[in-house]
Amino acid sequence: MADTRRPLSPHLQIYKWQVQMVTSILHRATGIALAVGTLLLLWGLIALASGEAAFAEFKACAGSPLGLVLLFGWSWALFYHLCNGIRHLIQDAGAGYAIPQFVRSSWLSIVVSIVLTVAVWAYVLTGAAA
Amino acid sequence: MSAAKKDLQNPLKRARGLGSAQSGVGHWWTQRVTAAGLVFLSLWFVSLALCLLHADYATARAAVSKPWNALLMIVFLTTVFWHAALGLQVVVEDYVHTRWKEVVSLVLIKFLAVLGALAGVLAVLRIALTH
Repeated sequence: MADTRRPLSPHLQIYKWQVQMVTSILHRATGIALAVGTLLLLWGLIALASGEAAFAEFKACAGSPLGLVLLFGWSWALFYHLCNGIRHLIQDAGAGYAIPQFVRSSWLSIVVSIVLTVAVWAYVLTGAAA
Repeated sequence: MSAAKKDLQNPLKRARGLGSAQSGVGHWWTQRVTAAGLVFLSLWFVSLALCLLHADYATARAAVSKPWNALLMIVFLTTVFWHAALGLQVVVEDYVHTRWKEVVSLVLIKFLAVLGALAGVLAVLRIALTH
């Protein structure tokens, strides 16, 4: 364990909540969620390779209420990690480090990810009705 | 202070500056390169998934076995598992403070990432090469 005699930086309970903290934490959380979500992709591909019965089972599970809730969560996680990942790549290039820009780009990641998720599911649900 | 310190360094020291783990910025850089690739690959993947939303078995299989789709799916799978392994590694290194648990988790992540990537690639090859 860490040697606690050295000074420790304040932790989450001490800091006032700010949007930059939220985007940082969400980037990790969605990254972990997406790593688990790859298992669904694997399942789909293996089912597609195995045969019609296996693929039908996969489709039934993915289309079940629980499957749709998980897919909705994973789709937002993907779009959020994508948007915020692009933001991080821009920052890695050395741009957007002024505090107002940093806060604005944090909000942009969140808002654009929600817009993309809503757009995709609007397409999915209206397509299903047609 | 840093300038004075720099002057005392032999240039060879900097050229060999790979740090204590001897891997330098390899992890950091690979994480960014795979991320940049995944920006495009994930958009391709989402569009393919949306196209196949209500596809029956034969249509889905035919779509994935198209040469470009099969190729991009293989690239997507390997890049995703590579990027995920690098990302999960950092999470474990940050939060798991018991050394043996940390090492076991790191090895397990690598094993599972390779297993997952190869399982996915094998499935794509089975779809693309058998009729």
